[in-house]
Amino acid sequence: MNTSALVKEYFREEKLPHIWCPGCGHGIVMHAVVRAIDNLKLDPEKICIVSGIGCSSRASGYMNFNTLHTTHGRALAFATGVKMANPSLEVLVLTGDGDCSAIGGNHLIHAARRNIDITTIAFNNNIYGMTGGQYSPTTPTDSYGTTAPYGNIDKPFDLCNLAKAAGATYVGRSTAYYAKQLTTLVENGIKNKGFSFIEAVSSCPTYYGRKNKKGDAVEMMKSLKDDYIDIKIAEKKPELAESKILMGEFYNKPEEEYTEKYQKIIDLLKKEQ
Amino acid sequence: MSNKIKLLQGNEACVEGALAAGMEFYAGYPITPSTEIAEISAQKLPAIGGHFIQMEDEIAGMAATLGGSLAGKKSMTATSGPGFSLKQENLGYGCIAEIPCVIVNVQRGGPSTGLPTSPSQGDIMQAKWGTHGDHPVIALYPNSVQEIFDITIECFNMAEKYRTPVILLLDEIIAHMREKVDLSSVDRIKIISRKRPTGPKEGYLPYKADEDLIPDMADFGTGYRQHVTGLTHDVTGFPSNSPKVALDMMTRLMKKIEINKEDIIKYEEYRLEDADFAIVAFGATSRAAKDTVNRLREDGVKAGLFRPITIWPLAEDALIGLSKKVNTIIVAEMNMGQYVYEVERVACKNCKVEFYGRIDGQPINPDEIYDFAREVLK
Repeated sequence: MNTSALVKEYFREEKLPHIWCPGCGHGIVMHAVVRAIDNLKLDPEKICIVSGIGCSSRASGYMNFNTLHTTHGRALAFATGVKMANPSLEVLVLTGDGDCSAIGGNHLIHAARRNIDITTIAFNNNIYGMTGGQYSPTTPTDSYGTTAPYGNIDKPFDLCNLAKAAGATYVGRSTAYYAKQLTTLVENGIKNKGFSFIEAVSSCPTYYGRKNKKGDAVEMMKSLKDDYIDIKIAEKKPELAESKILMGEFYNKPEEEYTEKYQKIIDLLKKEQ
Repeated sequence: MSNKIKLLQGNEACVEGALAAGMEFYAGYPITPSTEIAEISAQKLPAIGGHFIQMEDEIAGMAATLGGSLAGKKSMTATSGPGFSLKQENLGYGCIAEIPCVIVNVQRGGPSTGLPTSPSQGDIMQAKWGTHGDHPVIALYPNSVQEIFDITIECFNMAEKYRTPVILLLDEIIAHMREKVDLSSVDRIKIISRKRPTGPKEGYLPYKADEDLIPDMADFGTGYRQHVTGLTHDVTGFPSNSPKVALDMMTRLMKKIEINKEDIIKYEEYRLEDADFAIVAFGATSRAAKDTVNRLREDGVKAGLFRPITIWPLAEDALIGLSKKVNTIIVAEMNMGQYVYEVERVACKNCKVEFYGRIDGQPINPDEIYDFAREVLK
């Protein structure tokens, strides 16, 4: 499907253009999510997109599915309720670095631990964009933010390691530059019957870029290309991976899914009756 | 018939009422003294094909309850003081997005961790003002185990009928008390479910209200695509910054409760026919107050009890009527004065209003209300 057909099919055209700044990577990430849904030929009526608060979470309003724009950090908690109450729904969570790993960090690790069938796409732009450039849990040490005027002394989270350690059964990372790989990761994440976590590295030229002299939108996009290396290549040629960030499929080990386990209890009790 | 009569604990009766009302989903977090509600829900829900989930925290419990309701299931959560504080933001989300659900708050001594195993009625005002911004509130407060069963059903009915979260206030005393309950009382209560859209799926307006001011609510996944947000929104469900949209939305939210006050407001009047002296009390305290009324009557005092069952919206007309009839109203509650301010607001022009409170984690007993009443009557 070409892009304009994709827009007609899956977006609420009357809600576009989106609110994201020129040069922001979020539009590409949102496109990758919809492209993945289209590639998998999912029934749009059964898809529920849940988001929190922040730049990333505005995506839900543009996408023509069942959409739920929740409170800050709580997308995964709302999504867990939706999925538990109706396991036949395909639930996707669109969230940001602050939304899912600061205020919503607890929900992220517990949704992962349960291995509930939710595919989470974290738009990581390393900053709080909507509130104007404060440091987030993924802002690199020594970077600047409006609340880190002397440089950030915090150590950043590696979101993929966090999700994997917490129990996610599918984990991957790509960037807004590698849109095709990102699409594949989202597809695989949806296909995984369990908790999938995809870190979509985005860029924020308006705040993160400007505060940290990262250049304009094009230069930042170039960094999303040059600073990353696929884990498969890095494993074969470690010398190429020096000072690069890994991307690709990090973990893919399906385990029994949460709502299916619960269904077994229901079935057992029915038998006993 | 006889097998419908049971000896139940208050929290247990709450779950029985919820199931009788059609609860199919429960999400919560353990907290004393409400935990039995979660435990019994965990045991009973899968047996009827429903779902229970223990969430990672109180906030998530409230969020998942709202999510479950949006997926089409009658949903409930239960908590106590500290948890009720944590749930407030998402409770407001439920109000603005008009998501039916029931939130049980078994009150315990506060503030903060306070007195976890002791009773209190300290969350009367929090039930109304706990979440930020103006919003409609329905809060009910039974005073016996039988009434917990019946009122829990009513809470679900009101949540579904008016598309709003409904707060069920209990206190540690009635929640942990055991009494005889006749479960056949459910036969006298009509079970209500939310209005769902039946028209064309294309062009469905999720926040376009009918004449009753309540919009039809579609379950996720039924083909009525919609956007649900906590932002101020128009009839399409999408956010808007328009002052007119904000005013229209807020006006309808408040009005849908206001115009149905008669249906929502419940209270008990005891020996008030000829009374010139009234005690106002609710929950466990009202049981003590009833005893006090009887003793005052034995003394020849024309005393009566007014017991609000619906705490919010305020039984304003009934309280004004009461204030015109009696010379004195004593408000007795296990706090430092909360409901009394509302009584003063509506009654002080017509009669004297006195307050008796207790905040040491001990129940208010009939003797002390009696002694206080005798003091006031001097």
